[in-house]
Amino acid sequence: MGLEQDGVPSVAVHTHVFKRLCDATALAMGMPRLRQAYVPQPVVDRSAAQLRAYIEGQDPIFKRPFMQGVLDGLTSPLQEADLQGLTFERSTPRLVEPGTEDSLQRLFEENHLTDSLPIVLPTEARVAAMLTGTSHPPDKVVGKLRPTALREWWEFTVEKVAVNAVMAGARPEYFPVILALAASGISARSSSTNSFATITVVNGPIRKELAMNDGIGVMGPYNHANSTIGRAYGLLSQNLQGGSVPDDTYMGSLGNWYAYTAVLPEAEERSPWQPLHVQKGYKPTDSVASIFFGGWYTHAGYGPRATWQEKMRRSLAAVEQYSQPLFVMDPIVARGFVELGFDTKEKLIAWCSDNALMTAREYWDNQWIQYLMRPRAVAGVEPYASRLKAQPDEVIKIFEPSEIHIVVAGGETQGAWKMISGSLRAQVSIDAWR
Amino acid sequence: MSQQITVHDPRGYAPKVVGKRLAPRLSALDGKTVYLVDCLFDNTDVFIEQLRQWFAEHLPAVNTRIARPKETWSDDAEMRAAIAADGDAAILGVGL
Repeated sequence: MGLEQDGVPSVAVHTHVFKRLCDATALAMGMPRLRQAYVPQPVVDRSAAQLRAYIEGQDPIFKRPFMQGVLDGLTSPLQEADLQGLTFERSTPRLVEPGTEDSLQRLFEENHLTDSLPIVLPTEARVAAMLTGTSHPPDKVVGKLRPTALREWWEFTVEKVAVNAVMAGARPEYFPVILALAASGISARSSSTNSFATITVVNGPIRKELAMNDGIGVMGPYNHANSTIGRAYGLLSQNLQGGSVPDDTYMGSLGNWYAYTAVLPEAEERSPWQPLHVQKGYKPTDSVASIFFGGWYTHAGYGPRATWQEKMRRSLAAVEQYSQPLFVMDPIVARGFVELGFDTKEKLIAWCSDNALMTAREYWDNQWIQYLMRPRAVAGVEPYASRLKAQPDEVIKIFEPSEIHIVVAGGETQGAWKMISGSLRAQVSIDAWR
Repeated sequence: MSQQITVHDPRGYAPKVVGKRLAPRLSALDGKTVYLVDCLFDNTDVFIEQLRQWFAEHLPAVNTRIARPKETWSDDAEMRAAIAADGDAAILGVGL
């Protein structure tokens, strides 16, 4: 679209499954008649001959020869509507038309305003109560969210966040955490085809104030604050960013169960190591939410047992290498590593970085590494440039220490750990939203 | 359950949409320079090369050049400026 504004007639080519998304994006950009052409999905893994057949074949959307559509798009004279674009305002009412409990539950579900589970209806009294959980005024702008890069940002206020917090079943005392997550600019409802979710780690005094669970079942449905704060983050993301509707504002192929709710506090008092927020420069007395973007793979293990190194190396080599590992370790595991000499998280992270290995061939034979990292490698950005220079059979390190994180949590009923796909995207102050 | 209640709308505020006009179209492509923009998705380079070869075989009077943005998911102003400076048209692909 930028090229059109620069005076260069253009045609954008997409795969056919993205038709609705392309139309919605063009409309939101004020250029609904942008010339587009479509080839079949997929392009990934197709041979040159197969892609040539796409080019010489039919456009699966417009049912005409693909190249005819491309050439017409560049040369057919414009019409009046093409010259005007489309200007319009969109408003969001403060209140919904009155209805019964049942009709409103149905209305919210049918309009994709829920996570497909029943919600707590956001009555004026409940929202007013939620607003008592912060000192910030209801009309204060909190921030902006969007489903993915290059889509439009939607804006929202403290009151709009409160509405979604009520819907999730959260209590007013949780509201500063929920506001901090909303202010992060990171959506928990990414539209990525990778079906990413967010995993939030809470550190600092707020964990105890809210009676969050860092013990038995920390990653399960056993604590009101853990569960509803995570649910609120998901609901506010989808509703405040303009939706998370399959085939429109959500394109994750497989989806992600972490997206229902994924919040855990670190068991700081039972950990032998520094808490995550202190590692990153915050004071122990600060309350901080760390937002990890991922939830794509999950590996698990016990220990550290005698063969922990073999197990850990296999797990680290089995990751999707574009998504960095977040370890959640039961305190039993953490203390076991201390007994082995890893008396800081940083020492164990350094070992993981040194042992997260794969051949350059395998590293680069990943569509997202190709897409996300290769341009940086070509531009000379390290460590990607060195990885690109490596011979195909050369074994290379795939994660820097700064990309690996460890959090201690769990009930000590078993020495268990999980390694979850999670790249740290943001750390936000909860205290700023009290 | 039949009591009427009033609830808040949970949606955020969308920005105003400002209409933008399309660029004037070309009367013909012969002798013109068409940029083929590789959006950097996996295997898109192969698609763009096939597109270049198609032009070479079927419309040899069209001059094609391949361009790539510096980063994925970015609006590369420098690349756009280069295309606007010496290009007559552009085909971008294969984007999501």
